[in-house]
Amino acid sequence: MNAPMDVDVSYYIVLSTVIFFIGVGGVILRRNPLIMLMAIELMFNAANLALIAFARVWINNAGQIFAFLVITVAASEAAIGLAIVVVVFRRAKNVDVDEVAGLRG
Amino acid sequence: MTFFWVLAIALIATAVFTVTQRSPVHSVVGLLANFVVLATLYLTLNAEFIFVMQIIVYAGAILVLFVFVISLLSAGTGPFSEGPNRMPRALVPAALVALTGFGFLIYGLARGPLGILPPHVATSHPGEVGQSGVFGSVADFGVALFSTHLLPFEITAFILMVAVIGVVVLAGDAALAPTRGHHVRRRTQEREAIVKAER
Repeated sequence: MNAPMDVDVSYYIVLSTVIFFIGVGGVILRRNPLIMLMAIELMFNAANLALIAFARVWINNAGQIFAFLVITVAASEAAIGLAIVVVVFRRAKNVDVDEVAGLRG
Repeated sequence: MTFFWVLAIALIATAVFTVTQRSPVHSVVGLLANFVVLATLYLTLNAEFIFVMQIIVYAGAILVLFVFVISLLSAGTGPFSEGPNRMPRALVPAALVALTGFGFLIYGLARGPLGILPPHVATSHPGEVGQSGVFGSVADFGVALFSTHLLPFEITAFILMVAVIGVVVLAGDAALAPTRGHHVRRRTQEREAIVKAER
């Protein structure tokens, strides 16, 4: 029943971790909100890779289904994030998250 | 195994390229390559439907959204002002976060093999990619999505609706502005009419 995989699942998980922390680094280091959103997409994808790798190990659909749902959530996140970027740009005329301090207490 | 290493190196290289580019357009190109490589990795894991969705939704829809916003924001202006680089200031916390998280995961992996599992979790039989009726085929995926996991699927529809409403409320200001102005003007006219009548 449990077909062996060509590549052990731990390789996929390490790869997913590397991609995730490249995304984390991007969010922390960059200040262009567009590139920060792209780094968030990278993190979503890393999570998806882990989900799908475990789905393959356990020959269980649930991982793939939830990767599909994560893709949908990522799409809504991108839409709303980009809308916020557009609104901020319209108001502040620049895209630098450090300059956007309208909510500072 | 060689195929996996090629894909893994390509995936990491494109991810680093995406994060380090100055221009967002270059980042989008890197992200596109990243998504395509990742989709190929999904295919090696028997996830056929997710492979197609990755190409259509991510490489198609989401990246087009990014490109549109970039072209919208940079129309008529110069290149984005990035300001002084904050890399030196943020490098230490970023490296700490990344290395700690990565260390935890490697520790977790080193504790034992991941492939051990109770046999009853399997939902279908594995087979070759492209074969019908096996694990990861579109039919297999669809049956599970619309039977076992129907409720999460329905909730996703709700999330998408909330996202659509949110985007219209946030960015649809220009489209709504004429209507709002019209209302204000009409209210002013009514008020003036009342004032005139009182005289």
